[in-house]
Amino acid sequence: MRVEVFLYILVMAAVTYLIRMLPLTLIRRKITNRTLRSFLYYVPYATLSAMTFPAILTATGSAISAALGFAAALILAFRGKSLLTVAIIASATVLVCELILPYLPL
Amino acid sequence: MTRKQYFSSGLKDGMPICFGYFAVSFAFGIQAAGIGLSVFEASVLSALNVTSAGQFAALAIIASGASLIELAFTQLIINLRYFLMSCALSQKLSPSLPLGHRLGIAYGMTDEIFAVSVSQREPLSPFYSYGLIAVAIPGWVLGTALGAAAGNILPTVLTNALGIAIYGMFIAIILPPAKENRVVAGVVVLSMVLSALFTYLPVLCNISSGFRIIVITLITAGGAALLFPIPDEPAEPEKEMPHEG
Repeated sequence: MRVEVFLYILVMAAVTYLIRMLPLTLIRRKITNRTLRSFLYYVPYATLSAMTFPAILTATGSAISAALGFAAALILAFRGKSLLTVAIIASATVLVCELILPYLPL
Repeated sequence: MTRKQYFSSGLKDGMPICFGYFAVSFAFGIQAAGIGLSVFEASVLSALNVTSAGQFAALAIIASGASLIELAFTQLIINLRYFLMSCALSQKLSPSLPLGHRLGIAYGMTDEIFAVSVSQREPLSPFYSYGLIAVAIPGWVLGTALGAAAGNILPTVLTNALGIAIYGMFIAIILPPAKENRVVAGVVVLSMVLSALFTYLPVLCNISSGFRIIVITLITAGGAALLFPIPDEPAEPEKEMPHEG
């Protein structure tokens, strides 16, 4: 491994690790402030939603397969299917769609 | 549950993360080889960082031969969302969880592992996190290595299909609670609408994706916390999880 590449890797790894590690090691007790506790309770839903949409529409080879995979995931998740089931069937939907798509007269 | 049960439960829940990671890191490996990184360099980069957006951004910076400061600053901006996530995750841990475990959990605190971890019951067992890490991160590193070594080994149609796996998982995590709780549902819908606006509207679309997530989270989770604070926890003695060492 080249030294300059290793330095790049080390610096970015250190920054990223510190960001992840500091809150986990410094906040060692339950936060009692109600507003702050509520904020942290809502954080996962806000971040995951913002990360999912609209990024999901460009996650595959075409917007059509992505939209169908998205729809499949929404339906299955709404019915309470497991993470693995939702992930696999969304992927399978995209796969089937992209295999068929070239043969459709669109 | 015993440590072993927590660990295997983590292994099972880490499977979809592994598939999704494989697809994304495969694409990363191809790009890394494209800027001249060796298979080994790309794999070490993935193993030490485990951050998709941050790593893709780093490739452009490394390729341009920019300074280490610039690289550090970019990573700070793109990955600052992990700070919010780690704050949220800290509340899921037993207050008596030793430092060593906290350092271990921090290594694997990715978007996806965070997502699965916060949907666990409190307190979060570190062995559950280690189970997730043990299956997901090898997928990340192996995908990088294969992508860098032989980018044409997998048909595009297959990597395209795997590309949606992580998003499918996110949806499976956020929808069930949104069905039960109207405020959560509101946070989900509003975050998605804002995210779409930030992606497509002029000016707003110039904000980097990592920063966009922070801004949206501050607006929606912050707004929900002010308008609809969660009820105070009943005063009960802190439940301690038995964990040794």
